Amino acid sequence: MSGFSVTEPSKRQKWFAGILVITYAMVTLMPLLWIIATGFKSPEDAISYPPKVIFEPSLEGYVNLFTTRTRVTTSMEETLLPPETWYDEIARDSGTVISGPTRYGQRFTNSVIIGFGSTFFSIFFGTLAAYAFSRFRVPIKEDLLFFILSTRMMPPIAVAIPIFLMFRQLGLNDTHLGMILLYTAVNLSLSVWLLKGFIDEIPLEYEEAALIDGYTRFQAFYKVVLPQAATGIASTAIFCLIFAWNEYAFAVLLTSGSAQTAPPFIPTIIGVGGQDWPAVAAGATIFLIPVMIFTILLRKHLLRGITFGAVRK
Amino acid sequence: MSGNPIDRVAEATPPTFASRVRGLSDRTIAWLFVGPSIVLLLAVNIFPLIWTINLSFTNFKANRLRDAEYIWFQNYQRILTDTGTWESMQATAHFLFWTIFFQVLIGFALAYLINKKFKGNDMWTTIIVLPMMLSPAVVGNFWTFLYQPQIGLFNYVVEFLTGIEASSFSMIGSVNLAPWSIVIVDTWMWTPFVMLICLAGLRSIPDSIYEAAECDRASKWRQFWTLTIPMVLPFLMLAVLFRGIENFKMFDLVVQLTGGGPGSITTLTSIDLKREAFEKWRTGYASAYAVILFVTVFGLASIYVKALNKVKER
Amino acid sequence: MKASKLLMATALTAVTAAGASSASAESLTLCWAAWDPANALVELSKDFEAESGIDMEFEFVPWPNFADRMLNELNSGGKLCDLLIGDSQWIGGAAENGNYVKLNDFFDAEGITMDDFIPATVTGYAEWPKGTPNYWALPAYADVVGWTYRRDWFENADLQAEFKGKYGYDLGVPASLDILKDIAEFFQGREIDGKTVYGAAIYTERGSEGITMGVTNALYNYGFEYQNPDKPYDLEGYVNSEGAVAGLEFYKDLYDAGTPPGSSNWYMGDTIDAYKSGQVALQMNFAFIWPGVNADPNVGGDRTGYFANPPGPAGQFAQLGGQGISVVANTDNMDGALAYIKWFAQGDVQDQWTEMGGASAMSSVVNAPGFAGEQPYNQAFLDSMAIVKDFWAEPSYASLLLPMQELVHGYVIAGQGTAQEALDSLVSEWTEVFEDEGLL
Repeated sequence: MSGFSVTEPSKRQKWFAGILVITYAMVTLMPLLWIIATGFKSPEDAISYPPKVIFEPSLEGYVNLFTTRTRVTTSMEETLLPPETWYDEIARDSGTVISGPTRYGQRFTNSVIIGFGSTFFSIFFGTLAAYAFSRFRVPIKEDLLFFILSTRMMPPIAVAIPIFLMFRQLGLNDTHLGMILLYTAVNLSLSVWLLKGFIDEIPLEYEEAALIDGYTRFQAFYKVVLPQAATGIASTAIFCLIFAWNEYAFAVLLTSGSAQTAPPFIPTIIGVGGQDWPAVAAGATIFLIPVMIFTILLRKHLLRGITFGAVRK
Repeated sequence: MSGNPIDRVAEATPPTFASRVRGLSDRTIAWLFVGPSIVLLLAVNIFPLIWTINLSFTNFKANRLRDAEYIWFQNYQRILTDTGTWESMQATAHFLFWTIFFQVLIGFALAYLINKKFKGNDMWTTIIVLPMMLSPAVVGNFWTFLYQPQIGLFNYVVEFLTGIEASSFSMIGSVNLAPWSIVIVDTWMWTPFVMLICLAGLRSIPDSIYEAAECDRASKWRQFWTLTIPMVLPFLMLAVLFRGIENFKMFDLVVQLTGGGPGSITTLTSIDLKREAFEKWRTGYASAYAVILFVTVFGLASIYVKALNKVKER
Repeated sequence: MKASKLLMATALTAVTAAGASSASAESLTLCWAAWDPANALVELSKDFEAESGIDMEFEFVPWPNFADRMLNELNSGGKLCDLLIGDSQWIGGAAENGNYVKLNDFFDAEGITMDDFIPATVTGYAEWPKGTPNYWALPAYADVVGWTYRRDWFENADLQAEFKGKYGYDLGVPASLDILKDIAEFFQGREIDGKTVYGAAIYTERGSEGITMGVTNALYNYGFEYQNPDKPYDLEGYVNSEGAVAGLEFYKDLYDAGTPPGSSNWYMGDTIDAYKSGQVALQMNFAFIWPGVNADPNVGGDRTGYFANPPGPAGQFAQLGGQGISVVANTDNMDGALAYIKWFAQGDVQDQWTEMGGASAMSSVVNAPGFAGEQPYNQAFLDSMAIVKDFWAEPSYASLLLPMQELVHGYVIAGQGTAQEALDSLVSEWTEVFEDEGLL
């Protein structure tokens, strides 16, 4: 039907709306683009005054992010061998010599271990609980569901006080296990609520048919419901991962060296002298890009995820 | 209840077969499935909460060897009579009010415009959403760089737009501007959140309602106020609830941006609490502070939820 | 290709490093702040690794987060650090809470004597209680707040003439804090080489200890005292004396009249950025940055001079920085940790330490003939080390620092209330802390 519709906006309205939204999107993108651009500036360009929009790209920030460097003293100069690799060369150009790797790789690895570990457990327990809440008559169901949600309302710092003491007693401070447990607990509320919504949408008839075919409850759950819920589980998993990936307050208070994740670490990257903005920007870029990709993948389920399933588009 | 599949299956199958199907009783399976989550939440949330309440009556210091004594309500009394607490509450209230105000205003406007369904609106929506998915600590840290008067981008953009000289003002450093500096960054990050929810609200309104209004010759302006707004209101209120709870908890972004300064202008309650708990190590005092914050957020949220339910029922 | 190799290599070393530190007992983790001297220590420690066969791991945390992270680590009973080069003010708490190992017996057994070190550093970095021969650390890095200035600008004839005309005396190394302020004012907003420049970059940081480490350089010299010399923890009239008020007002005047706009939350890293990018004529900073300034392509060499904190009406002092190295009581490798300290305390290692960019606190190193002239900043360093004073090192140090940060920042940067009110509040806050501790 190409007839007149009162709800279809006119062409002019569309143009006007499009221009305004695109303008906003550009403005909102600027800080992000600036982070990415700063990662490719030399330290001098990054703190140039006034700021430079056009600059000669340099990989110094990335080299600085991954290496610690020592300033070349006059006595050292004579014994130095010529630079072997491109990153040696970049370091040498700024009067330093690479003395080893930084902790960034390790912190990033920690983020991956803790992020994926806690996501696995919160999905595992969350799916079970969500299935039970969706399919069975659980006593005091509403209260339990609200209780699960309410755990997310407490300020993290307030929760961190007893957790800190508890972890100290158990020797869980600054361990992967401790952080995985904690993030699993925090994410459970999200995964239970989201997954309950997804499972609610799976028609009961499938299970009924399976039960009649002689499947046990477990088999019906495992072989029928889980495959049906796969998309929902995947998007819930990404939301859990993003939370664990971005979390700062617990990480800064409960980890120090061995299990520290990237968010408390990135703001503390400094170079020889002051804060090394290109290295910070490089670290931030590497850290933010996975989340940007996830956001694009998730765009269909985004709304549901951020509202704990309260709004389903 | 016929809605329960197991009952329906049970009705449809002979008894001997039914007991084989069930294997474990439903009740057992239900508890087996819910159990681990409840145990974990009890261990990581409820037990610590009870411990916090207990600690809040003592003068315990987590960095000392000596034992704590029970001082009962002294911590509570000290917190509630301390001017610093109220200053941080005020700072939090200012932050809460203005972030929500701007986010609702801009978020709704954007959603309204996107709902005009211009070409490519999906792609631009995704781009706009990006900031809110990023790590607030990392983003907050980088904004301190953007806010630098001499070398930062923000001041130069302001100079470009308004002609006010870039190095003549400092967003983070000045008492008058610092509270706004955190509002700006939070608004930048979280407006898309409100926008997405509003968009869902707008899209939930059936076209037929407008068509009916058109037949009644209601003006566009009137349609907006009597149809669009009331229909979107429950969604908008939900967005406000989420933002309210999140910003009451706010820590990472602001601590990286201003560290609570200048002076204590942007010391939100979470930052104040962190100083008491993990810098001064007054664990008992901080526990009492935490309890007060729990009560506040639960109280405010449940009042609000009641109001929200009323609006929904209308 | 190569980039991915570099990534792989770092990831691998990171993983193996993490594995190694928990697996083998014959490794030591040394924790310190992340700054230039720490990198020099990594180089220096390679000799120790070769000699002893012990692997050295390092955990460096930048200054703004250093205290937070490390005190949290100690208080959580963590096992991250075997050796800790902790800040001087932590010594009281770490000693009384049992976080550090007392080193007296070890020193006696190994023939290490504190008489070999600069007395101010022994008091500042090793002793608790202060003034008693109880040692919890070996002075490791001597540091103090001082100033750098743009010699090329100061020696510009036009500017000299204009300055003389305006103030009636010659532009040069300031002989007093007042003169320093005049100079900062003089350069503020001036056009030099086509750029607007400013007077002085000073410490104003709010979050950790920044503004306190800066403002004390003015407070001490105007007559501020931490307590009644005859009656410990008696603060009234010392912390908020007339001189102290004048000192605080001075710091605010300096901030208002002679610092770059936006320098409201600056610490070591920020002031050095400002100085290196040519924004300021004067820079307050700890002496550790001086080798870096001297080597800088833009402002290094002849373009920079160095001087100790100038005197005020009540004398000449400078804020002590620097740290001692301690053994963390929780370590699993006590012998290795002590072996490291024994190695570090040797005279020739200390010589090399200073040469590689460290700053030895050993008297024989800094009093060696020729030391003063070896580097352009060595004389200023010696002058500064002779006039040091330090903040509280009480176990409740953090509770004392926090109100000072808040009140000073509130007055100097935010302009809230008067200097008298800020210091009066400080007296009552500090008194409350001491009452809580049962000291009053």
